Amino acid sequence: MSRLADKVVLVSGGASGIGAATARLVVREGGKAVLADRDEAKGRALAGELGDGAHFVALDVTDEAAWNKAVAATVEKFGGLHGLLNAAGVGVRNSIEDCTLAEYRRVNDINGLGTFLGCKASIPAMKQSAMTHVGGGSIVNISSVLGLRGASYAMAYCASKGAVRLLTKHVALHCAQMKYNIRCNSVHPGYIDTPMIAPRLDQPVGNMSGRQWLEELHPIGRLGRADEVAAMILFLLSDESSFSTGSEFVCDGGLTA
Amino acid sequence: MRAARYGHVRMSGELSGQVAIVTGGASGIGAASAALLADAGATVVVADVNAAKDGAGRFVKHDATAEDSWQALLADVLVREGRLDIMVNNAGISGGTGSVESTDVETWQHVQMVNSEGVFLGCKHAIQGMKRTGPGKPRSKGSIVNISSVAGLQAGAGSIAYTASKGAVRLLSKSVALYCAERKYDIRCNSVHPGGVDTPIFDLLWQMVGREQGKAFLDARHPIGRMAEPRELGEVVLWLASDRSSFVTGAEIAADGGITTGLMRRQPFVSPR
Ligand SMILES: NC(=O)c1ccc[n+]([C@@H]2O[C@H](COP(=O)([O-])OP(=O)(O)OC[C@H]3O[C@@H](n4cnc5c(N)ncnc54)[C@H](O)[C@@H]3O)[C@@H](O)[C@H]2O)c1
Ligand SMILES: NC(=O)c1ccc[n+]([C@@H]2O[C@H](COP(=O)([O-])OP(=O)(O)OC[C@H]3O[C@@H](n4cnc5c(N)ncnc54)[C@H](O)[C@@H]3O)[C@@H](O)[C@H]2O)c1
Repeated sequence: MSRLADKVVLVSGGASGIGAATARLVVREGGKAVLADRDEAKGRALAGELGDGAHFVALDVTDEAAWNKAVAATVEKFGGLHGLLNAAGVGVRNSIEDCTLAEYRRVNDINGLGTFLGCKASIPAMKQSAMTHVGGGSIVNISSVLGLRGASYAMAYCASKGAVRLLTKHVALHCAQMKYNIRCNSVHPGYIDTPMIAPRLDQPVGNMSGRQWLEELHPIGRLGRADEVAAMILFLLSDESSFSTGSEFVCDGGLTA
Repeated sequence: MRAARYGHVRMSGELSGQVAIVTGGASGIGAASAALLADAGATVVVADVNAAKDGAGRFVKHDATAEDSWQALLADVLVREGRLDIMVNNAGISGGTGSVESTDVETWQHVQMVNSEGVFLGCKHAIQGMKRTGPGKPRSKGSIVNISSVAGLQAGAGSIAYTASKGAVRLLSKSVALYCAERKYDIRCNSVHPGGVDTPIFDLLWQMVGREQGKAFLDARHPIGRMAEPRELGEVVLWLASDRSSFVTGAEIAADGGITTGLMRRQPFVSPR
């Protein structure tokens, strides 16, 4: 199991859900994972559990200086940077009528600005590592099916994931034009059973439980698992996806089919 | 006699009695949209940070990034014009040519404030205005037209902050459309994705590379072989604003001379940095 042998991957939101599942997989496939999250307790615990192949750094993704520190800590600890997963994010329910400007900005700052800053902070170190690593660098940004389709109850979230979808393409084209040997793709999960959506599972919708309602939204008839999204991300982080850049990778049980 | 100038045969008064707000209506696509809406009989309010040089409509000084400016604008329109039927969220800035590497947080936030937050606020306040359209119009009804860009469909044209902001507009428009549909508000919301349109938004770029050369480059990027004139986008706005598009909501309408249609040879316009 060494699909990521010698690759160092920085994972924002690595303390929980999709980020955590990806960090596990990275280590299992022979890579190094740096978990960067604002949840220090959970992040440190997981890094401890994963052992020598993992490391934790505290990070608020909206803080550019903190990103620079996280990248520097990664390079110092593991000697380079080959992969970045921008998985930190917040899922917030609001509509055009009840969303405040402050809330709109908060969601877009974490999901949008945070992803931009992750790319910006990582490119210099990744560029460096790509010189000595044929496979080069890979950036994976988590958007959502709600970056592809709208939802009445996710106004600010849709906007932020639309931003991630498009900024990903910019990063892909920029790195290609600059001949950096860095790829960048977006991943669009359907509803995945993580702490993010846990509150919704208990809220009944009509005469259905929240869980049942969400499950039946997916043609496949169930929620996704974090490790299923992580498997797609692993492919994108690895050299197996070496000709894919600027693309949208959907992992949604048929939801947008 | 604008209709005559544009050489179109339009049923006059198609929008008579309706009230439209066009943000960024003092220039470019906004000014052309305001003119065409007025030609079709609508009462047009041009809301812009900069005064309109000429053109249709009543001018109201307005900053799309400021919530209190939106409150004042809507209050003013509902008092003076008495109702709101059409909201064109067009105010926008290009935000330069910054790449992922060269863009600073300040620039990012500034572009999001105008292009993304401004449209969010425009939709939010427009819905309130359209919901209470006053006597003779018991139900809410309206059309919201948000100007995104081809940069909201694919990257490569413009800065990272711009492309992200236009991606946000593209998706938030769908959320608004679905929300209004679910609530049975009879308010539609769509996004428009223009290709290159010859407007003052390019002034800075023309300064950098020369208008002749710059325009020739952009003309050639469109399969149709040229950039658009502002009124060609105004026509799309007018169509989406009117009942002629009554079954269209949550849609992405590209008017881009074919730019997003096929495979495109990418040439950096200004050196990508
Ligand atoms: N779960 C889903 O159904 C689903 C669907 C589509 C997309 N996504 C996206 O996947 C990504 C991961 O979500 P998840 O389901 O694993 O959620 P999660 O809540 O389990 O994990 C998100 C992690 O991000 C961290 N985080 C939040 N804000 C942060 C900040 N400002 N700085 C640093 N860390 C921060 C949290 O501490 C948490 O550890 C998110 O971007 C989310 O929007 C999730
Ligand atoms: N011209 C193009 O090629 C093109 C292509 C795609 C999309 N667009 C979009 O079309 C819209 C109109 O662009 P244009 O080309 O007509 O540009 P323009 O510069 O001619 O006009 C934009 C107008 O918006 C106003 N404005 C800027 N910030 C504002 C604010 N905070 N509040 C209120 N008004 C403000 C300006 O004063 C100006 O009058 C923009 O959203 C732009 O991003 C333009």
